[in-house]
Amino acid sequence: MSDNNNNNMDRRTFLRYAGSLAAFAGASAVLPGYALAGFGSEKREVLTPQGPDNVIDLTIGRMPKVIDGKRGEAIGINGSVPAPLIRLKEGQDVLLRVKNELDETTSIHWHGILLPFQMDGVPGVSFDGIEPGTTFEYRYPVRQSGTYWYHSHSGLQEQLGHYGPMIIDPADEDPVEYDREYPVVLSDWTFENPYNVLEKNVKMEGYYNYQRRDVGEFFNDVNKKGFGSTMKDYLSWGQMRMSATDLLDVTGATYTFLMNGHGPDSNWNALFKKGEKVRLRFINASAGTTAFDVRIPGLEMTVVQVDGQNVEPVSIEEFRIGIAETYDVIVEPKEEKPFTIFAESLDRSGYARGTIAPRKGMMGAVPELRPRPKRSHRDMGMMMDMDGMDMEGDSMMEMDHGDMDHGNMDHSDMNMSAMKETPVKHGPDKHGPGAAAIAQNQFDRMGEPGIGLGNDGRNVLVYNDLKSLEPNIDERPAQREVELHLTGNMERYMWSFDGKQFHQVDGPIEFEHNERLRLTLVNDTMMEHPIHLHGMWMEMENGNGIYNPRKHTLLLQPAQRISALVTPRDKGRWAFHCHILYHMERGMFRVVQVADEDGNIYGQDYA
Amino acid sequence: MINRTATFILTMFAIIAFTQSSVLAQKAPPFSNDIMMDNHTYVFFMADRFEYNMNSGLNPLVLDAQGYIGKDLNKFWFKAEGEALTAEAEGEMELQGLYSKAISAYFDVQAGIRYDVAYNADDSQSRGFAVIGLQGLAPYLFELDGALFVSEAGDISASLEAEYDFPITQRLWGQPRFETSLAVQEVEQWGVGSGFNNVQLGFRLRYEIKREFAPYVGISWNRKLGQTADFTRGEGGDASVFGLVGGVRMWF
Repeated sequence: MSDNNNNNMDRRTFLRYAGSLAAFAGASAVLPGYALAGFGSEKREVLTPQGPDNVIDLTIGRMPKVIDGKRGEAIGINGSVPAPLIRLKEGQDVLLRVKNELDETTSIHWHGILLPFQMDGVPGVSFDGIEPGTTFEYRYPVRQSGTYWYHSHSGLQEQLGHYGPMIIDPADEDPVEYDREYPVVLSDWTFENPYNVLEKNVKMEGYYNYQRRDVGEFFNDVNKKGFGSTMKDYLSWGQMRMSATDLLDVTGATYTFLMNGHGPDSNWNALFKKGEKVRLRFINASAGTTAFDVRIPGLEMTVVQVDGQNVEPVSIEEFRIGIAETYDVIVEPKEEKPFTIFAESLDRSGYARGTIAPRKGMMGAVPELRPRPKRSHRDMGMMMDMDGMDMEGDSMMEMDHGDMDHGNMDHSDMNMSAMKETPVKHGPDKHGPGAAAIAQNQFDRMGEPGIGLGNDGRNVLVYNDLKSLEPNIDERPAQREVELHLTGNMERYMWSFDGKQFHQVDGPIEFEHNERLRLTLVNDTMMEHPIHLHGMWMEMENGNGIYNPRKHTLLLQPAQRISALVTPRDKGRWAFHCHILYHMERGMFRVVQVADEDGNIYGQDYA
Repeated sequence: MINRTATFILTMFAIIAFTQSSVLAQKAPPFSNDIMMDNHTYVFFMADRFEYNMNSGLNPLVLDAQGYIGKDLNKFWFKAEGEALTAEAEGEMELQGLYSKAISAYFDVQAGIRYDVAYNADDSQSRGFAVIGLQGLAPYLFELDGALFVSEAGDISASLEAEYDFPITQRLWGQPRFETSLAVQEVEQWGVGSGFNNVQLGFRLRYEIKREFAPYVGISWNRKLGQTADFTRGEGGDASVFGLVGGVRMWF
C-alpha cells in the first residue's frame, strides 16, 4: 500500500522535475540542475534524497577548519562547515540518517520544518539525542517549501559549525522567478572554546565589549552637545546601571564572521550573468548574539521570502537578519562588475562579506564599517530620549530623504506615528533578580528597522513591510492570549522568560491542539532577542489580517511588544527559546506542550 | 484544481501510511527542566588588588582578593584582605567565608564568619566575627561592599568599600576607590578606637592586556581617625600614610 503510494509520488515528482528542468533549459542553457544552488564557485556537496525511501545520509564529526588562514577545530557534517545543502521537495517522505561520530551526544533540529515532534531533534524534549557512535533515523513528510536550515540542538555545538542550509522546492510552480540561486549562510566563528566564551560572560559583564564610551568619546560628546547634556546622558545610563554600548554579548573581539564558511579575507564568490535574476537565500546561522545588517552596494534587493514563506515582493537596499531568520532576495545585476555582499554585525565590530561577480575571483570594493550605534532611552522602555537633540536630528534626516523614494517616505511616516503612539505599560511584576530592567513602556516598533539603521538615507526593510503571499489557513480570531516577557540580567548573565530561568519552571507552557491563540512577546531587556517557536507558525500581527507573515523566529527589538497568532496543529512537546545560544543555555528557554482534549500529545492529525 | 486535490489525497495517504510506521510510536522523554546550563555552578576568583605600596619606609605588600563558588542566586563567597610589611616581620590578614544570596538584580546579602590574624616578630593574635553584609552594584555603577561585624567579645564594627571603574580607552581603566570603617567599642589590643577608624582613598590606573590580567599603578592615602589615630601614633606610627602603588589585577 505504502509502496504504491510512494511510486505514485515518485512519478509525479519526476514529471515535475522534468518540467522545471525544461523551463530552466529555456532560461539558461548552461547551468545543470542542482549546481544552480551550490555554494558558488567551489565544489560542495548538495544532498538530495536517494532511492525509493528518499534517503539522505549525514555524518557528524570533528574536523579541522581553516578560517582566513588560521586553523581551528570545528564540528562539521559530511566533512563540511557549513554542513552540506540539503535539497528536498515538498510532498516527499524523507528519511534522514544521522550518524554521530563525536564523543558526545548530538542532534539535528530542522529549523522551521513542521513535522512530528519526535523528529524535531531537541534532546530532552523531543527525543533522547544521538549517542556517540549511533545513527538516528529522522523520518518525516515534507509539507512545505522554502529556505530553511538545520543545526545542532545539543550544548554549544552550533558555535563550532554544526549548521547547514536546507532548501525545499515547492510541489507547484514557484511564484518566485529566478535564473540562478545561492544559499548565503551567515555565521559567527570563534577559535575559543565556546564554553569559555559563555563563562567569561557569566563572570565579567561586557567581557567582549571593546566599544565602550570611553573618556575620548565623552569629550567628543561634550564638544558636540555641551557639557550639561552630555553629563545628563552619561549619568542617566549610570543611574540605570546600564551601558549605552550594550549591543552584542559576544563581538568581533573573538568572532570572525563567515559567509558560507568563508572569513572576510577569503571572499566567498558567487557568479551571475548580466540580466539574470539571482536568488540569494540568506540564513543567519550564528550561534552567538550576531544580528547582521545586509546590503549589496549598487544593487537593489527584492525580498521575496522570509522564514521560508513567500511574501509580497518588497524592494529595499538593506535588511537586518536576526539569528535563525531567513530572507530570500532577488537581485538583477545589470552591469558586468563585481558587487560586494556586505553583512555587518549589529554592533559594527566586524563583518562577513562575499562577492557576486560575472567572473570568478573578482572583488568588489568593501565598504567601511559604520560607527557603532548607541542604545537610546526608547530601548529602555522610556517615552522620551533624554538626548532629545539626537532624536530630532534623526527624524529630520529621514524627512530630508523622505521625498527621495517611496520606501523612505513610508518609513518617516512610521516614525512620526511612533512618536505619537500610546505604548502599553508594564504591569506591577518586576520579575525578580533575574530581570535587571523592565520595559515600562512597550512599543510596537514594527515600523522601525532597528538600532543603527534607517538614518543614513538607505531604504531598510521593516517588519511592517512583510505581507504573506498566501493567506493563512485559520481565519478564527484569537480565543485566548499567552503573554511572555523576555527578561535578563547582563550583570549576572541570567536570561529568562518572566524572570524565571528554565530550571525554575515546573512544567511546559500548555497550548491546546488546534486552538487559536495570540502569543504576545514583550522584550523587557535592552538587547535584541530572536525568539523561535518550534513546530508551528507564528503569524506575526502587523496589520495584514489573513496575510500576516508566517515566521518561525521573531527578532524582538528592546522594549518591543509583538504579537502573533498561532494555531498549534501538531501535537507534542516543542521547544520555545531565544536563538542566541548562550541566552538559551542560560535559561531563556521553555517547552510548549500541545495536547488534545484528552491530554494526549501523541498521534498526528494534519487535517 | 484537480491537480491540487490529487496532491492532497496522495499526501494524506502518505501521511496515514507514515504515521502508522513504528518510528513514530517512539515516546518522547518526560518533561524535564534540567536540560540547559542555566543551573550551572561557577567558580570565580579575583585578586582585585595585589600590590606593592611604596610609602614612608614600611612598604607593605597588599592583597585584596575574593571569589565565589556557586550558582546564579546562591553562592559561597570568600574574601581575603591583608598586608604584610616587607621591611619587618609584621602583617595582618582578614578572611571571610560567606553565604551569598541574591536579593535583587544587583545586590547580594551575605552572612558568615570572619577571622582576623595579626602577627609580628614576637607575637601573634587572632579573633573571630559574625558577619552580615550587602554587596553589589549601586546606581551610577559603584561597586559597593558594606558589612556589619560582631566579634567573639561582642564588639560591633562596620566597614564600607566603594569602587568605580571607567574606561579611559578600551583597555586602560581608571578606578577610584574609597574605604572606611568604624567601631562602636574601643579594642585597644587591635588598635581600634571607637567611632570612625579610618578613611582610605585610592586611584588606580590599570591596563587590561587581557580582561583577566591587568597590571596597574596608582596612589593610595590612608588617614586614621580619632582614637584609632591616637593608638597608631602611640605605637610610633603615622596616622596619615600616602603611598604609590604598583600591582596586578587578575581573575579566572
